[in-house]
Amino acid sequence: MEKKKKANLLYSQKVAPYVFVLPFIICFAIFWVYPLISSFVMSTEKIGAITREFVGLQNYKKLLTDKVFHTALINSLEYTVFTCALLIPFPMLYAVLMDGNLVKAKGVWKAMMYVPALTSVVISGTLFRLMFTEYKTGQMNVLMAALGLPAFKWLKVKWTSEIALLTLCCWRWTGVNTLYFMSGLKAIDKTLYESAKIDGANSHQLFKYITLPLLKPTTIYVLTISIYAGLAMFLESFMLWSGNDSPKNIGLTIVGYLYKRGIQKNDMGYACAVGVVLMVIALVINFIQLGLNGTLKEEKD
Amino acid sequence: MKKKALSMMLASVLAAGMLAGCSNAVSEATADDSSSGGDAAAAGTEAAADAATEDASADSTESGDTATAVTTVGDANGTHMELWSFVEAHNTFYAKMVDKWNQENPDRTIQVTFTTYPYADMHQKLLMSLEAGEGAPDICDVEMGQVPNVYAGLDTWLYPLDDAMAPYKDDMLQSRLKAYQGSDGKQYGAPFHVGATVMYYNLGVLEKYGITQDDVDAVVTWDDWAALGQKYLDALKDAGEADGKYWTSVDTGGTDWLWLAMAEYGEDWTGGFDEKANVQLDSVKNMLTMQQDWLNSGLAEVSPDGHVDLEAGYQNILDHNIVSFPKAMWYMSRFTNYMPEEKGNWYIAKCPVFKEGQNCSVGIGGTGTVVTQQASDPALAADFLCYAKMSPEGEQMIWDDLGFDVCNTSLWTDDAFAHDDNNQYNQFFRNYPYDVLAEIKDQIGTIMTVKISPTINEYVNNTTLNEILEDGDNVDDCLQELQDAVDAEQ
Repeated sequence: MEKKKKANLLYSQKVAPYVFVLPFIICFAIFWVYPLISSFVMSTEKIGAITREFVGLQNYKKLLTDKVFHTALINSLEYTVFTCALLIPFPMLYAVLMDGNLVKAKGVWKAMMYVPALTSVVISGTLFRLMFTEYKTGQMNVLMAALGLPAFKWLKVKWTSEIALLTLCCWRWTGVNTLYFMSGLKAIDKTLYESAKIDGANSHQLFKYITLPLLKPTTIYVLTISIYAGLAMFLESFMLWSGNDSPKNIGLTIVGYLYKRGIQKNDMGYACAVGVVLMVIALVINFIQLGLNGTLKEEKD
Repeated sequence: MKKKALSMMLASVLAAGMLAGCSNAVSEATADDSSSGGDAAAAGTEAAADAATEDASADSTESGDTATAVTTVGDANGTHMELWSFVEAHNTFYAKMVDKWNQENPDRTIQVTFTTYPYADMHQKLLMSLEAGEGAPDICDVEMGQVPNVYAGLDTWLYPLDDAMAPYKDDMLQSRLKAYQGSDGKQYGAPFHVGATVMYYNLGVLEKYGITQDDVDAVVTWDDWAALGQKYLDALKDAGEADGKYWTSVDTGGTDWLWLAMAEYGEDWTGGFDEKANVQLDSVKNMLTMQQDWLNSGLAEVSPDGHVDLEAGYQNILDHNIVSFPKAMWYMSRFTNYMPEEKGNWYIAKCPVFKEGQNCSVGIGGTGTVVTQQASDPALAADFLCYAKMSPEGEQMIWDDLGFDVCNTSLWTDDAFAHDDNNQYNQFFRNYPYDVLAEIKDQIGTIMTVKISPTINEYVNNTTLNEILEDGDNVDDCLQELQDAVDAEQ
């Protein structure tokens, strides 16, 4: 009797689905929910080598006056804004160009643009560090010398180091984003263009009234992941300065600061507070962004 | 409505993923770090490198290929131990000492497995395993800059060495032992060397421009030293060879100069274990102001990549762009390893002081090797460690193999030890390094390494020195900014 009940339970239509999703639920709980909750808990504690005490919101209070954190925050936000400004219009333009008849040997171009994304950040970061070195032998300074300008300490000055970071980022991600936009373009019905042309629309109007609006889902997707990638950037700057320390912290990002506090200084409580703040910032920015472009609105049709 | 909920959910998961994403990025970075030779410490402005890059930075090139070299040495029937280091040469040294130990102690033989990790990897692994309570090695090298992090665990994490080092204690330089004590006064680390700071001069070059050893020996104060430098630069100008040449280079990525200044004034910005840190010291202000003057007058340049203990620094020395700089005694091994062409050129002398009668040296860098509480036999591990690093046999090998200025002061004046002409360092330099050391024996100051030290070092190396030496900002303002940053942490 008992056995039969058990078997029934297994075969029951109500239970079976839960069995199938169980692996995911367990992974989700262990690797997502638990760390998330414990991050919140730890962020209210002062965790020393052998001590652990509850300090309430003290870590967050300290964040308010922590200048290094503010520098890291500004660096990350700036980087995010610049990468979004560069990595959406240009890839979109390239995608439109590639989609048209102007470009020959499209496969070659696509492959060339995509290859950088396959290289390890560690290797490309190291190469960029060598290119932007302050010695006269670095590529950038050789270029400067060719232009008759003096050697420059690229990675010791804020704006030039930002150029190095953005160049690295664009070099790596332009191809990927271009591919996103190209697949977006493929989804647009060609007949729309034809009928518009018959109505006398020029190419500028075609782009503005057909391509741009119909690419919107792709654009939103690219924008969203760009924001997350920008805010979570760490390895690029870690490699560019071959470590987490840069002159006047010009290369320090929020995640870099989290790593510095948590791993390098063994100050886990404070690092968790940094992580929680980062998460809140990312959420807020993206909700605003999604709200503004209408993704969160109820569908009218 | 469903779509709204879905996108909110997606956004949240993505954002939450950032927390998980962080750890991914980190592990990737550290893993890759090993392939790039642990050059976290080779960064131009590396803070962990601070005063104590010591072995880590320069050895990155060596240990790079052997990031996780594992070897087992000793008696297979003896007590088994694990030993981690971030410098392969240290492990080679310990391995030799294991054989000696087993010969002398047949009833307490040991077998040790050595692992060499890159600098940052090893310290992070050690901290994590100590915190977790398992996975730590029996014995582990801890670099000076990391000492506060590791020693914070006191005797919960580490096994005190006080009993084991009793036979050797009296011969050791006490200020050096003190540097490796915990805040509870117990001895947790065994030192390799004093790291006494001395002034290196390229006499080979100086003599070409009419400056003799007597001129160098006559230098007492920093003013004398700067005047001698000016004399050298003037001679260069007359010869029309002054382009790109300087007397010295000042560091934006290391605190050696400041430590030296503090020791000369008898000050310490950390305040030790009991007092609060105060960086607005006369010594620091005077040194930085003086360095700004040198930069303005063309006497000094800013060290390429931040300090001289890096590839760029060696190249600068090889190119004779700088001919005089203060550095700890262990820098001798950089000459033999990376600048062998310079043999016979260099002369070692004591450092100039601000006012006559001040101390003229400071111990910089070091490796305080610890025995963990997780050791299979902590007492045995401690006995071996102290034998290896403090006994006369061990000290002899430290000097011959590693080229460190050993802490056992009785050896400094021992003719057979200090004046051994077979020793590569005695051959390399114009004078006997230990003669200089014996002369300054009572003048070697100590700057404490305590909980606040990493914070100070990091801010100084990242921000303050760059502002003052690269941008020429006002010294007092920058030190106030530094003090504010330090105060926020204490």
